[in-house]
Amino acid sequence: MNSVNPLHWWHVFLALPNTRPVKTIGVAFLVALVCSFSVALTAVTLKPLHDANRLRESAASLVEVMEALGLGMPVMRLVELASGDYVIHDPGTRVGLDPARGVAGLGKLETVATVYELHEGGRLKLVILPVRGAGYQSTLKGYLAVKGDLNTIAALTFNEQDETPGMGARIEEKKWQALWADKQVADESGVIRIEVVKGKGVGVHEMDGISGATRTVSGVTDLLRFWLGPDGYGPYLARLKSQED
Amino acid sequence: MNIKNKLLIEPIVATNPVTVHVLGICSALAVTTSLATALVMSASLIFVLCLSSTIISLIRHHIPTSIRLIIQITIIASLVIVVDLVLQAYLFEMSKRLSVFVGLIVSNCIVLGRAEAFAMKNPPGPSLLDGIGNGFGYAWILLAIGGVRELLAAGTLFGRTILPLADEGGWFVPLQLMALPPSAFILLGLLVWAVRSLRPEQKEVLPGTGNEEKVI
Repeated sequence: MNSVNPLHWWHVFLALPNTRPVKTIGVAFLVALVCSFSVALTAVTLKPLHDANRLRESAASLVEVMEALGLGMPVMRLVELASGDYVIHDPGTRVGLDPARGVAGLGKLETVATVYELHEGGRLKLVILPVRGAGYQSTLKGYLAVKGDLNTIAALTFNEQDETPGMGARIEEKKWQALWADKQVADESGVIRIEVVKGKGVGVHEMDGISGATRTVSGVTDLLRFWLGPDGYGPYLARLKSQED
Repeated sequence: MNIKNKLLIEPIVATNPVTVHVLGICSALAVTTSLATALVMSASLIFVLCLSSTIISLIRHHIPTSIRLIIQITIIASLVIVVDLVLQAYLFEMSKRLSVFVGLIVSNCIVLGRAEAFAMKNPPGPSLLDGIGNGFGYAWILLAIGGVRELLAAGTLFGRTILPLADEGGWFVPLQLMALPPSAFILLGLLVWAVRSLRPEQKEVLPGTGNEEKVI
């Protein structure tokens, strides 16, 4: 009778001396099970709130960019990255990236991206592109605003990152972000030259680095080059440029 | 003093984890730039410390000695992740200001110290009281340093203006140093000095002064 009662076995297990390997492994397993269950339960229960917070922050950061530039609210467009054309519907598909090419540490890329355009007096004034890429220890997410000439940076903000506080995390500082204004992406021949350098940047293509955050800022260089390049928004920007000219 | 009061009151000054044992210093330096962050950090630590001490004490007879630290850390880490997730959900702005430091409660020596030194050897009731006592011992230090730093660096307490800043037409010129981590070291040092001057029995005897045997 006792042998089939699970409670009996539970008591037998508890009564084992702590030095027995089966007890050691059993206790370790049970503690791990209970702990992982409670963590997973909390994470799943709170996920809607976390997502909402992140979305609100991302929207707030966009509004902040627009206000900083003294501009109105832009129009949202869906762009197919490969062709650079507008599409009506986002299929939500993602394609794998070849890590041999410069991919800013990204594994997968969406086929359709959401961008924001601001027109004023019939001419394109600003394009706002969501960008992301690997930093030192986290994914950096932010918005890049490019002026109507499609080569001058109006602003770059990061609103999501988990870099070392006081070091890489300083990419979120307004003071540093403000330095991006009026930097040039490419030179006359169209080659992308924008780069975050060590120390003080010289000229329109170089941006000041952050001391102690070399890998974070080189991540910023990589992600800018990737998103502005042929695998990112390159085709879309080229199409806009040909239309504007 | 009965045993319950002793467990609750002693860690406030007499055996304070920060000023006497000098534990939990890293977070005490990092999150004391303002009162609000110090308060949320203290609340998180008290929550983790109370629960971890109670849980570890409840299962203390079944924790094999060979893996006891791993078990303790697993329990503490799970509690910390839960606290971090809750803060990210309900106090998002605050969780961004606290950044990694809530997560670092895992490695806060006070939590593991109380688990190993007290909860492993005592029943759940006293362990909970010990957790509360040590938690508040840590909290008041954090709040004291946070209050002084916020007041002197920004002229505010909990974001409310106390000393009007010179920049905004007032008279108070803020101390830039107070906004930086080293000021927490200085304040903590002054606090330890003050407490030990009032309670000379807490003084450590330095080697070479002829009083070494007293240490042992």
